[in-house]
Amino acid sequence: MTLFILRRMLQAFNVLFVMSLLVFAGVYAIGNPLDLLVDPNATAEDMARAAASLGLDQPLWAQYARFLGNALQGDLGNSFIHGVPALGLIVERLPATLELAVVAMLIAVLLGIPLGLWAGLRPDSWSGRTIMAGSILGFSLPTFWVGLMLIMVFAVQLGWLPASGRGPTAEVLGVPISLLTADGWRHLLLPAANLALFKLSLIIRLTRSGTREALLQDYVKFARAKGLSNARVVGVHVLKNILIPIVTVVGLEFGSLIAFSVVTESIFAWPGMGKLLLDSITQLDRPVVVAYLLLVVTLYVVINLAVDLLYAALDPRVRLAGASQ
Amino acid sequence: MSEANILPTASPAEADVERPLRRLVRMYAESRVALFGLALLLVVILAALFAPWLAPQNPYDLMQLDMLDGRLPPGSASGDGRLTYLLGTDEQGRDMLSAILYGLRISVGVGVVATLMALAIGMALGLAAGYFGGRFDAILMRIADIQLSFPSILVAMILLALFGQGIDKIVIALVAAQWAYYARTTRSAALVEGRKEYIEAARLLGLSTPRILFRHLLPNCLPPLIVVAALQVAAAIALEATLSFLGLGLPVTEPSLGLLIANGFQYLYSGRYWISVFPGVALLLLILAINLVADQLRDVLNPRLQSQ
Amino acid sequence: MNAPREPTLVVDRLTTRFASRSGAVTAVDEVSFSVAPGEVLGLVGESGSGKSLTGFSILGLVDPPGEIAAGSIRLKGRELRGLSAREWRALRGDRIAMIFQDPMMTLNPVLRIDTQMIETVRAHRHVGRDAARELARDALARVGIPSPDERLRAYPHQLSGGMRQRVAIAIALLNAPDLIIADEPTTALDVTIQAQILFEMQTLCRESGTALIWITHDLAVVAGLADRVCVMYAGRIVEQGSTAQVLETPAHPYTRGLLDSTPAANAQPDEGGQPQPLRQIPGMAPSLKEIPAGCAFRPRCTHASELCEQVPPAVELAPGHVARCFHPLPATQGVKP
Repeated sequence: MTLFILRRMLQAFNVLFVMSLLVFAGVYAIGNPLDLLVDPNATAEDMARAAASLGLDQPLWAQYARFLGNALQGDLGNSFIHGVPALGLIVERLPATLELAVVAMLIAVLLGIPLGLWAGLRPDSWSGRTIMAGSILGFSLPTFWVGLMLIMVFAVQLGWLPASGRGPTAEVLGVPISLLTADGWRHLLLPAANLALFKLSLIIRLTRSGTREALLQDYVKFARAKGLSNARVVGVHVLKNILIPIVTVVGLEFGSLIAFSVVTESIFAWPGMGKLLLDSITQLDRPVVVAYLLLVVTLYVVINLAVDLLYAALDPRVRLAGASQ
Repeated sequence: MSEANILPTASPAEADVERPLRRLVRMYAESRVALFGLALLLVVILAALFAPWLAPQNPYDLMQLDMLDGRLPPGSASGDGRLTYLLGTDEQGRDMLSAILYGLRISVGVGVVATLMALAIGMALGLAAGYFGGRFDAILMRIADIQLSFPSILVAMILLALFGQGIDKIVIALVAAQWAYYARTTRSAALVEGRKEYIEAARLLGLSTPRILFRHLLPNCLPPLIVVAALQVAAAIALEATLSFLGLGLPVTEPSLGLLIANGFQYLYSGRYWISVFPGVALLLLILAINLVADQLRDVLNPRLQSQ
Repeated sequence: MNAPREPTLVVDRLTTRFASRSGAVTAVDEVSFSVAPGEVLGLVGESGSGKSLTGFSILGLVDPPGEIAAGSIRLKGRELRGLSAREWRALRGDRIAMIFQDPMMTLNPVLRIDTQMIETVRAHRHVGRDAARELARDALARVGIPSPDERLRAYPHQLSGGMRQRVAIAIALLNAPDLIIADEPTTALDVTIQAQILFEMQTLCRESGTALIWITHDLAVVAGLADRVCVMYAGRIVEQGSTAQVLETPAHPYTRGLLDSTPAANAQPDEGGQPQPLRQIPGMAPSLKEIPAGCAFRPRCTHASELCEQVPPAVELAPGHVARCFHPLPATQGVKP
């Protein structure tokens, strides 16, 4: 098991290294880094100073080493627009995005697994078909458009929920969280539902097909033949088997939730990293874009690693295979 | 218990007699929902193809627009009384129906072109990786794995942030975001097929490698690829719309559905829903139709479910 | 043979059907047999003959669109048809247990052996976890599993196929059932382990007075194990009798054909000292959708006549030896041991 973890961590570092190379290549090697990294409105003096400070006179490998060294120290340059360190700017927005993504994933999981189980147990029933039709619709609805429709219905027409912004936050261990106030929840609900929709459809389908497959397995028939109650057959024998792929997917999709939060955040003016990224792209604030990329990539690698470990912990076949190596 | 599962299905003997294509058509037609999806898809594609002839006006010919007709609700007549704006107008007095038809054209075009390019690239790489194996295979799949662990929207946004906007840029971004799906699908199919005896036989016959690859191996890898491609067209169209909505995709001169929806966003608050809602419905119908077709294709082409 | 006692299970004209779009399909057709305590009944047939489904019908585990359409199943005198879902559940795993064919598939891969055993006990008896674990350990020991305590904590994939099947058997034995239905439980195992398990099962059931229905396609297995044999073809029992009667003096041409195509039963040399050649039954077993009217074996039978277009009645050829055939083979044609 330890070896397995070590090997996976080594792989994770590899990915990080490759990604840092790619980002470096994208920013420094393609085109003129000065255009990318220095404020287009800077004077010629600024340019020269920047060129020297970036070490552009050095060979490429030295430039990369410098970039990497700085990145490891958390120095990814200053934002042109805000004039503060880019990484700090992003980390500041991280809690808002994470909060949105976590709540969205919770909605998707807490609704998706029961609905998927139901549809899988009764595939030909009216309710099962309706759930599946709904999930196809959920797949087909473009997230951003659903966001607009949610605003139109719940904020403009019905006036139940606010259309934009983050509600009041309370600090927990120095991290601002809006889950502790009712108004915070009111602000969170629409964007989280919007972000959850696609994943909800995904989890419904995954759970349904997993359930259907599991029901055909001998171990389910055997469990029935043992005289177990339906609740135990479904809740333990079926669920425990389908939970393994679901946990994996939920973990992996969590990263994509963070990426997709760009869309939701921009619609609902949610002050997270995604909105910052979008603003930075349109305002050509490259250091912030670079910082976002590296941070998100790191986040991804960490999530993938965590999912792999979790997967190993859940599936005895993997866990014990790792232990015996 | 095996009896219990096999029973309600057609006997294999019966299925074998039928020609494969006819069987696929019959199995496809078994689902009414899937037939509806196919019909819907045909309608949408025809509408996109013949947009210039179907649209009441050319929405981008400024001569035909009348600013005085701006933001009219659906069903209003134009100022000169010559046409009725079935779906209303936008702030420039543009007929929404016409704008949607033209937007559909761009959305479908970009999605299909990007998918075909990604398919060609991914298929070639995947086929080579699966057939030759070795270090090329290992490196290619490592790259594909890393890329696939990131969502395509992130990959596309990074590229657009680096290269800037434009219809060519977004096609490149879509291709870059999607080639890996095809490469992986082709590779795994090629690995399975490549081990089968007919490929061995073709090798023993001394057929040239390209001939084995393209005449023998590729056709047998097609079913899973068709399914992936069908699903990915929908994903590509949705991705393009999303990027355009965010202002990262197509320029204002090439207004796809995503851009139309973005234009109408600000009017939602004042109750002028039609500028955003109708392009969104068009986009939804397009993606829904593709997904319904792709869904049924997956069931029909999946050998594991073939008897069901 | 046991002295005549009240049979554990009496199945009378059991009929199981599947509704399908092209009409109902009868998969088990008027099947009747009984099993006495401690008796082993071999239920023999090719795949698709309805033998497994007969087992599932007795367990009340026929999934829709299948259903038991007619007949009766009596366990120790109690009619099982028409029981509520709850009553069926109380019966399964307690009074009637089942063992499946592939031990690789029957145990849940993500649950430990102890979980899967303890839940079986606790589904039927109000005992604590520790008491249930005790029972589980005893059961494992009884089926010859070394160091049962260690095995209890294992996951299925950590055990060999033979070991897993022993676990499945131990689970079946847990609640001391009146009847065990074993659906080809040794087919997936090595021959040596097969023989061991056959012998152990036989001993265990004899000792505890448990009735055993052994479903198999393999007449050789039945020969060394069963007291009585039912031969099924296309959903019907075409012949039944004591093992000696059926194997030595087969009356139905289908049984005869099966015997001729079984290497083990065929291994005896004929008078000239040469092993008899293996013969195959011409044609294929019919799909349940297209079972011929009358005697289902008719198209493949060399003895068939116009008479066979009627459903043959069950004819008692000797005490306890019944065949459904208009042209039963004379007893002399049987294989002499």
